[in-house]
Amino acid sequence: FLLQVKDLFSSLGVGCNVLELDQVDDGAGVQEVLSEITNQKTVPNIFVNKVHVGGCDRTFQAHQSGLLQKLLKENSAYEYDLIVIGGGSGGLACAKEAAILGKKVMVLDFVVPSPQGTSWGLGGTCVNVGCIPKKLMHQAALLGQALHDSRKFGWEYNQQVKHNWETMVDAIQNHISSLNWGYRLSLREKAVTYLNAYGEFVEHHKIKATNRKGQETCHTAAKFVIATGERPRYLGIQGDKEYCITSDDLFSLRYCPGKTLVVGASYVALECAGFLAGLGLDVTVMVRSIILRGFDQEMAEKLSSYMEQQHGVKFLRKFVPVMVQQLEKGSPGKLKVVAKSTEGPETIDGIYNTVLLAIGRDSCTRKIGLEKIGVKINEKNGKIPVNDVEQTNVSYVYAIGDILEGKPELTPVAIQAGKLLARRLFGTSSEKCDYINVPTTVFTPLEYGCCGLSEEKAIEVYKKENLEVFHSFFWPLEWTVAGRENNVCYAKIICNKLDHDRVIGFHVLGPNAGEITQGFAVAMKCRLTKRQLDETVGIHPTCGEVFTTLEITKSLGLDITQKGC
Amino acid sequence: SEDSAPLLDYDLLVIGGGSGGLACAKEAAQLGRRVAVMDYVEPSPRGTRWGLGGTCVNVGCIPKKLMHQAALLGGMIRDARHYGWEVAQPVPHSWRKMAEAVQNHVKSLNWGHRVQLQDRKVKYFNVKASFVNEHTVRGVAKDGKETLLSADNIVIATGGRPRYPTQIEGALEYGITSDDIFWLKESPGKTLVVGAGYVALECAGFLTGIGLDTTVMIRSVPLRSFDQQMSSLVTEYMASHGTRFLRGCTPSQVRRLPAGRLQVTWEDRTSGKEDTDTFDTVLWAIGRVPETGSLNLEKSGVKTSPDSQKILVDSWDATSVPHIYAIGDVAEGRPELTPTAIMAGRLLAQRLFGPSSALMDYDNVPTTVFTPLEYGCVGLSEEEAVARHGQEHVEVYHAYYKPLEFTVAERDASQCYIKMVCLREPPQLVLGLHFLGPNAGEVTQGFALGIRCGASYAQVMRTVGIHPTCSEEVVRLRISKRSGLDPTVTGC
Repeated sequence: FLLQVKDLFSSLGVGCNVLELDQVDDGAGVQEVLSEITNQKTVPNIFVNKVHVGGCDRTFQAHQSGLLQKLLKENSAYEYDLIVIGGGSGGLACAKEAAILGKKVMVLDFVVPSPQGTSWGLGGTCVNVGCIPKKLMHQAALLGQALHDSRKFGWEYNQQVKHNWETMVDAIQNHISSLNWGYRLSLREKAVTYLNAYGEFVEHHKIKATNRKGQETCHTAAKFVIATGERPRYLGIQGDKEYCITSDDLFSLRYCPGKTLVVGASYVALECAGFLAGLGLDVTVMVRSIILRGFDQEMAEKLSSYMEQQHGVKFLRKFVPVMVQQLEKGSPGKLKVVAKSTEGPETIDGIYNTVLLAIGRDSCTRKIGLEKIGVKINEKNGKIPVNDVEQTNVSYVYAIGDILEGKPELTPVAIQAGKLLARRLFGTSSEKCDYINVPTTVFTPLEYGCCGLSEEKAIEVYKKENLEVFHSFFWPLEWTVAGRENNVCYAKIICNKLDHDRVIGFHVLGPNAGEITQGFAVAMKCRLTKRQLDETVGIHPTCGEVFTTLEITKSLGLDITQKGC
Repeated sequence: SEDSAPLLDYDLLVIGGGSGGLACAKEAAQLGRRVAVMDYVEPSPRGTRWGLGGTCVNVGCIPKKLMHQAALLGGMIRDARHYGWEVAQPVPHSWRKMAEAVQNHVKSLNWGHRVQLQDRKVKYFNVKASFVNEHTVRGVAKDGKETLLSADNIVIATGGRPRYPTQIEGALEYGITSDDIFWLKESPGKTLVVGAGYVALECAGFLTGIGLDTTVMIRSVPLRSFDQQMSSLVTEYMASHGTRFLRGCTPSQVRRLPAGRLQVTWEDRTSGKEDTDTFDTVLWAIGRVPETGSLNLEKSGVKTSPDSQKILVDSWDATSVPHIYAIGDVAEGRPELTPTAIMAGRLLAQRLFGPSSALMDYDNVPTTVFTPLEYGCVGLSEEEAVARHGQEHVEVYHAYYKPLEFTVAERDASQCYIKMVCLREPPQLVLGLHFLGPNAGEVTQGFALGIRCGASYAQVMRTVGIHPTCSEEVVRLRISKRSGLDPTVTGC
């Protein structure tokens, strides 16, 4: 192999240095380091102008694709065109897109283990400890409900069906491993250099990468994208880091969490509480103040009261934990939580097997050397302010994803932003990421999909008298025979009377809310009006069709409860 | 002349208490008019009868979607094991229990329709209608009692009923149709479904799904009026999930065997060979005939199409007689869908008695076929788009995808497929969307709106996805058929 490569280079008229590992003193040591840096255990291991190309086959592939010639010609002051810090949804999308555009790209990704010791592979929050495992656990809970419904639809079995947490977690973790692997593969296919190392700026255009063994390498690039995302926040009270878990730990937990206290009222808190209860666990949510802050509060109220009344989740409102104590070790153990009222001197305590903190997330921006190159962050929340092309105050440094100030913390947004950024930086496009009317869905037991403004925000922006709010309860057909409750699924749109009754807010609470909402988001992108809604024929029998027949406005104040059918 | 005209009882008389008729009647009553509805269900050849509400409620969308749901739940029970639920497999299914639950729900809807008519002061007659003259209709009740009604305006909304084959021995005696299947007290057992329309495939789909041995016999093309690539994926999925397909076959005889089972003989039209098998039930789903035969239309002067027997209408839904209208499945050239009939009925009442002059727009009507893998579509099929605009002016974006929930459940997603048919010239207006996968109905509804708002391909691509859903795959359709790139799933 080595000879072939040598021949290739000499045919190109390029000189190369060869280090024969079996002829130097510390050959084995060099090989080990090489494999750390490059993830390649075999030789020959070829570098061109400091860039790792690969083995013999990859060198010939690079020759065929023209990459090799490009690398040889490159006389750039920097090793890379782009270094992306953070291998989550946004970072990977940006890196791959830049590579497609022919650029030399490196991605640094390193998961600092959670205080409980949980860590994971490439792909970031969404794949490992976010959207993917949460939707799968949500699905597990929905299937529990389906089992319950199925008897009403004629399926016959008598046994009490139990849920096995380990089986579920194994299946989900297997899927995640395949996704991690897929990301590795797609980086390799696109010739993006991947380092499983922690990246820190050390000087302008230069980053230090530290791997798990503490080995350091330095790399330079013309441009940088910061996409480090966020990690769950801790309370800062006695016992929290020792005994509590977060969403970083829950999805790979080796044992069923048992009786669980979820602290927080974010969508993460409600989603976790929802599926844990759906799997049959005793779940309490401790809420300091507002449920689903930033979302439409009427929807939040309906969603949480469904969880409380129909789904068996207990809510402790206006309390915050002040201490967590371990009573018994075990899997799970037993914890005592002391909480105090936010409104008075009252304290309460409770005993739980697991305490899950979901009180918010902190940006991973404070320990990556940003101060060394002068990138400004918002000192309060650690977020990075950027302009409308995701550029920080340092012109060659960009930021995308959850660490952006004032932007939605959503995977598809980060992906979109990452791709478009790469195209603007290295392609001919000038398209900017559009952060308006981004749809999203909260996967609580009753799913909540929305796009556009909440009613509160709409009133704030347009004033109440200029709005018309249409709404209705609906009863999914499948729920009738299943004997599930009426008047909990709810549809609402907010229209701007001053602009042809344009739909500026869309909200749906019910099964498959995510699937329903997506198309409506497209319609809102096309400036949907109420009239167009009315003119569109429904698909019968679905839940989505309710939006084509909304007649009752809030201002009329008519009854929207459904009677019978 | 004015003097000899009979006393007109009603401002509006609606013949047919289905989705369209009831919507029209209620809307007219809401506008302050005196309205009557005549509805009568002629028992099916097997003697099945039902209450107020028409096909959709009684023998269509509603019971069909509920039985589809029963079948889906069967799949979920199998999935549940992978997600940690310890349920012993296989789980048996009781038709009797399901049917009773479905029928009870339908009966509650019948009751609800009655109450709604009463609330809106619409007079309801459970009578069979036939025209006496262009303003007068005779109604005959079950007991033979006659009522004569007259009205300024008459709306015919009698819908259609399943067709029986006329040339096949034993078809009428031993076969059933969708009029009967939902009302069976006992399981249909091993079933032969004859037909290739959506009714045939949906019925075969849920019968298979609840564990029955099901065969579909198709003369030529399944889902003829739909996009043919989608159609073949629909049947491919069904075939891989246990539905047996006999293609290019036509039945020639149905015989009852001494033990009560049915022996069906058919001809394989490609080989010319004859074959037989024994079934418990034979379900004809070979099309529907409009209910115009018993209306005595010649007395009213209303003209029908000699081919389809459907009533000829103009864009105002008026028949050849200006004050007589026809809406829904009975009207020539209309999509046979509940929501279009409802909307047409409401708009008609608004035009007749309100200030509105809005016409029903039959373009871009979305629909969903509730086969085991659901198929939702809106706008043009690929074939239609090419026929209208020419191959070189059409760009089709497509992708296979794997629903997240399928991964852990170890389900095969080979047929989960989406395609968006666009004009090729910028801004690449979207002409049609076709979605095959779970919850296709829910996915399609919003996109139907997008298409109504004139969505372009670029606008769809600029819309941020909702993660993780199936519908987000629509806003990620990057590969055009023309590019020849591989549209299959790539890992994640």
